[in-house]
Amino acid sequence: MSNTSERKQIIQDSILRTNARRRIIDKAITVATIACVAAALIPLGSILFEVFKNGASAISFEFLTEPQGSIVRGDGGIGPAIQGTLIVVGLASLMGVPVGVLGGIYLSEYAGTGKFPYFVRFFNNVMTGLPSIVLGIVGYIILVLTIGSFNVMAGAIALSIIMIPIVLGVTEQTVKLVPNSVREAGHSLGIPKWKVTMFITLWSAKNGVLTGIVLGISRIAGETAPLITTILGTSLFFQGFFGPVDALPLRIWRLSQQPYDASHEFAWGSALILILMILSLSVALRYLVLERKFRLRLPPLSLNYSFPIVSGMLKKMRGTKE
Amino acid sequence: MTSPESTKSREERKNMLSSFFLRGRRRGDTIFKWVVIAAAGYTLLLLGLVVFSVGEGSLAAFGKEGFFQFFAQTDWNPVEGRESYGALPYIVGTLVSAGIAMAIGVPISLGIAVFISEIAPPRIGTPVGYIVEVLAAIPSIIYGLWALFVFRFWILDFIERPLHEAFGGSIPLFAQTPFGLDVFTAGIVLAIMIIPIISSIAREILKAVPNSQREAAYSLGATRWETVWKFVFPYAKAGLLGAAILGLGRAVGETILVTMVIGNAVGAAAIPEGLFDQSQTLSSVIANEFNEAVTNFHISSLIALAVVLFILTMAINIGAQFLVSRMVRVVPGARE
Repeated sequence: MSNTSERKQIIQDSILRTNARRRIIDKAITVATIACVAAALIPLGSILFEVFKNGASAISFEFLTEPQGSIVRGDGGIGPAIQGTLIVVGLASLMGVPVGVLGGIYLSEYAGTGKFPYFVRFFNNVMTGLPSIVLGIVGYIILVLTIGSFNVMAGAIALSIIMIPIVLGVTEQTVKLVPNSVREAGHSLGIPKWKVTMFITLWSAKNGVLTGIVLGISRIAGETAPLITTILGTSLFFQGFFGPVDALPLRIWRLSQQPYDASHEFAWGSALILILMILSLSVALRYLVLERKFRLRLPPLSLNYSFPIVSGMLKKMRGTKE
Repeated sequence: MTSPESTKSREERKNMLSSFFLRGRRRGDTIFKWVVIAAAGYTLLLLGLVVFSVGEGSLAAFGKEGFFQFFAQTDWNPVEGRESYGALPYIVGTLVSAGIAMAIGVPISLGIAVFISEIAPPRIGTPVGYIVEVLAAIPSIIYGLWALFVFRFWILDFIERPLHEAFGGSIPLFAQTPFGLDVFTAGIVLAIMIIPIISSIAREILKAVPNSQREAAYSLGATRWETVWKFVFPYAKAGLLGAAILGLGRAVGETILVTMVIGNAVGAAAIPEGLFDQSQTLSSVIANEFNEAVTNFHISSLIALAVVLFILTMAINIGAQFLVSRMVRVVPGARE
């Protein structure tokens, strides 16, 4: 009998011991994941803190409107850079948004299962991953070399190539989500298909489409690399569509390479303006279309929209058909 | 309540709307169909344009150096008359910095994803996910500025100097005197940049794992970590791999951030001999030298580097697509 109780004791001990070990591992992993979150949040906090701390002192009316003066003394401002960013991003959006939205409509409303839609979808997914510097070189070859000088249009084309796959992917996915009954209601009234698509289906999906457009714009507003090879950067204001122009990211880069304190202060100030522009875009989007009240709980611009491949993957995992 | 006038205007509006919506059926439909097809075709045309223009621009360099020679050569000399260009050091620099970024970024991203979707209650998890996504909205130039003026001193003081002092004599990886602007710093800042991308995709993937998977594990007495490690991760592995590869694509293609912190060595010196060595990536050479290039040969060589980068990222992206679509197809079968 003592033998049995001994064995019982041994088994109980071992179970308890492994249980304790397993529980400790479990707790340790929980702590580790919290540490991971901290590891991501500390840089975020530090970036925002430094940009606001160092940038705020640089900002004045002169800083926002004047062209750059003496870099050593820190005269003037970044007026041309702000103007240039608005122009280049505006032109790129004019070129990119219609193509992206219409292409997305094609994939969602018109495409069958043939080779062409497959290729469009596949290569758009691939294009979301193209490095932006390569697209800058494309802008250089097709517009800078042919015109003979660095120019605004080359930069706008390069940025529009970055933007199109993002807008197209988001449009396709959100327009697809519109229930068929909405389209059928339109068709039952005898409305032609293209009007149903433009004024009923697309209108129902407007929030998603706008989200995609804002995602695209905020992505290209911060791009530096493709601008180096296309618009070059200058300290002058806009001089026509076929001359060089300045942009905020480019100006930040050039200023940070200078050895003077005044130029570093300018760089931080420009960074603050750039961050405020991008953040205010997404905040404005939320105020205007997504929700009336600002709620922190819903992620506003889900990143995953900009990776069409991901949503396809998720659909397959959930077992729903496209 | 309704006056005759407003009724009339309502009638008018109705007529206007119906005549607008019902007019010109056939032709409008055909035109619109071709417009959307053209828009979709335009995107394919753009990709063709990318391939054609970088291919054409790099012909001179590949012609003079030889296609395979260009990949294998280590010298980089833009002095006119003695020009010679090779891509190997920059390919190595790109892979090493992206490798460091992946080694640091992927585990942290998975940790964040697990915290948000498995551990934290939604009340905490959702805002945390939102805040992490704000990181992704910050342009890379601002990461670069912060890394150049703030973060590099943290790395220098808290990581590089202690490691160098402790192991500098014994392990060649830490042998160089740290300076703060090197391949290690570049890798860490790249990791910070790709963490929000990988973690937000991974979070969605983990959320797509059906709850029955978790309930089965808990019913067998598994702890939370065992549930995640042995029941949730295997189910989601294709998606998680895809998330990591998308992050890799970003890290390989990132330009301006790397240019600001990697130290910009040129030629054979760009092959890092240790973690604290200056280096250079394919994209950072282009950013550094493009505006200073004088000869056509030099510009063409820089474009050739863009071709190499293009091939590398295309391979990563297409690989990710095929891998993910093949592996994901297997998983739902495993559910039965």
